[in-house]
Amino acid sequence: MRGISPLRATLAVLASAALVLGMTACSEDKSDTPTALAVDDGATLTLWTRAATEGVSKAFADAYNANHKNKVQVTAYPNEEYPAKLASAAGAKALPDLFATDVVFAPQYASEGLWLDITNRVSALSFKDKLAQAHLTNGVWKNKNYAVPHTIDMSVMLYNIDLYTRAGLDPTKPPKNLTEFAEHARKIDALGGDVNGTYFGGNCGGCNVFTLWPSVWAAGGEVMSADGMTSSVNSNAMADVFALYRKLYEEGVAAPAAKDEAGPTWLGALQSGKIGIAPGPSVWLGLIEEKGVKMGVAPITGMTGGESTFIGGDSMGIGVTSTKAAQAWDFLTWTMSEDAQVEVVAKGKGVPFRTDFAANKYSSADPRIVAINNLVAKGRTPYAKNFNATYNDPQSPWIATFRGALFGPDAKKALDDGAAKLTASLQKS
Amino acid sequence: MQRRSWVGAAYAAPTALVVGVLFIVPLVLVGWMSLNDWPLLGAPEINFPENYTGLTDNELIADAAWFTAKYTIVITALLFSVAFGLALLVQHQRRGVGFFRTAFFLPVAVGFASASLLFLGLLSSEIGPFHTDTYISWTSGSPNLALGSAVTLVLWRFAGFNMLIMLTGLQAIPLEIYEAARIDGASRFQLFRRITVPLMRPTIALVLTLMIAGSLLAFDQFWILTRGGPDNRTTSLVMVIYREAFIRLDLGSAAAISVVLLGVLVVFNVIQFGVLRRRSQ
Repeated sequence: MRGISPLRATLAVLASAALVLGMTACSEDKSDTPTALAVDDGATLTLWTRAATEGVSKAFADAYNANHKNKVQVTAYPNEEYPAKLASAAGAKALPDLFATDVVFAPQYASEGLWLDITNRVSALSFKDKLAQAHLTNGVWKNKNYAVPHTIDMSVMLYNIDLYTRAGLDPTKPPKNLTEFAEHARKIDALGGDVNGTYFGGNCGGCNVFTLWPSVWAAGGEVMSADGMTSSVNSNAMADVFALYRKLYEEGVAAPAAKDEAGPTWLGALQSGKIGIAPGPSVWLGLIEEKGVKMGVAPITGMTGGESTFIGGDSMGIGVTSTKAAQAWDFLTWTMSEDAQVEVVAKGKGVPFRTDFAANKYSSADPRIVAINNLVAKGRTPYAKNFNATYNDPQSPWIATFRGALFGPDAKKALDDGAAKLTASLQKS
Repeated sequence: MQRRSWVGAAYAAPTALVVGVLFIVPLVLVGWMSLNDWPLLGAPEINFPENYTGLTDNELIADAAWFTAKYTIVITALLFSVAFGLALLVQHQRRGVGFFRTAFFLPVAVGFASASLLFLGLLSSEIGPFHTDTYISWTSGSPNLALGSAVTLVLWRFAGFNMLIMLTGLQAIPLEIYEAARIDGASRFQLFRRITVPLMRPTIALVLTLMIAGSLLAFDQFWILTRGGPDNRTTSLVMVIYREAFIRLDLGSAAAISVVLLGVLVVFNVIQFGVLRRRSQ
């Protein structure tokens, strides 16, 4: 076996010592100096993001690098690994200059102090009120801003135009409430063969927060208190929504695989063209149509009407250990400009997070996109410090709760027990 | 004399340094972490015994501990039998034996996480090659199916490696002993029971220790293949540590579980070595 030579080992130790000293030296000035908010002086900025939204970050970076002295380098990590990667980087005090996170995790990262306080910088923005407010609020901790919107992804009803026509339904008249949604799904399911009426992520925490909560909001209900500390998952409004999906699964209208769908094959199921209508992310519209499946888009509705959406996507802030805060802010301000919002986001069929750019030269070509963009104003982003541990993580109490409500022997008991467990998880320090 | 001891120390220094930096320091750090409220950034604060008392009201830990124990028993029994069986099959030089040895060992060359992903694709009803008329989910349809899939993966991935260790043990047994026993009229079963197994004891001890320690620390196969599901029925202890550290960002609590798990491992190893030493004396 080859050993490590003493010389090498000594060098390694010296190098790590130098690194540690270097880091301490770098972490001195962390104040949010208002004198030079944004600087473009040829700095190289590191930017981390998760694979799911890598495309948007790269498009931003390419466009920015093309006409700025600063250069942004994007590194993407697999979605599941990303939180661990950030936590280890924080522990080593080696966070990147800029990093994005799922918007629902933003309060946790802000509370842990992983981002630089950018309250002054955000306040100085002339278009602060035009930023998607639900999204922006999730980057706030104790009245201080730590992150701004980076990408937006909303939950909508996606329906298959061909299957609608084949089932004798009018594809220009998507369901106006959940009862109609269930009727449409049943009619399409009756086509038989390998066609199914609907689909959902029955073993996926994030998916169901994203697709089911808007139905409760549309009906004027709540699933969690505004401070993210108390769950009301056992409210009638939520129980009714679960009961409807449960019935669709029991009747075989929802595809059997929906029960075990943990997320990875969700998109594939819709791309197969064999699902009639299902709630899902708005950004999938393009990905599904790439496979030659023509899709319609409609808002997610409540049991008897109303409409709402979950405004998801990513937030981005400046790593607290970065020494290039002003340069990083230059990039962030640019991502919020018309140049970026219209020429990068809207051109790439994305949703602008500036509400004043909802209607633009690219979106007006497709009425479905205008409909999606207009939902931004109606949507919500739930706020909770312990969101990940309570709802998204595979071991979260939310998954146990909704699986009990959708597939378990006693839905009511599952929701009552679940509410207590969810609240306990939300309040855990 | 003094010069020689200096040279000796110098030779040992690199190893001591590596062990110190990569093992002793992290070990002490984890112990210290478990006594503190340890934020990602900023100064830790001593909060002993909160991280330890907190373990008792974490329902997930009890379930995960029970599942990890069950998995360890199942996989150790199966993996040991399969690996020993394979080693016995390919121990003698025969035509084509090289091919089989290579074939059995080959899965070891695949990274474990990659192997788990391969199985995830293989067992997927969406993209996998196996299609059944009625829908079945091999990785989260039922707790037993999920465990079965993970066990199959681990057997495929690790049987060859353990076979190799046992093969070296088998080949270290002098042929004369077998010959002498055969001349005395020993049957094949007697040869196996009275000669092979006793002389293999140190090798068996090594293999069992590796298997049990590896299974108690199981993570990749469940993290990737079953995500701990369905309904937390395949959540291993290390997954709980991961959740505490990287999802809840509670490093103190994660360190406390690690310390307890380390204690269990030490106890197991001491018992194992004790039993085996006594028997071989």
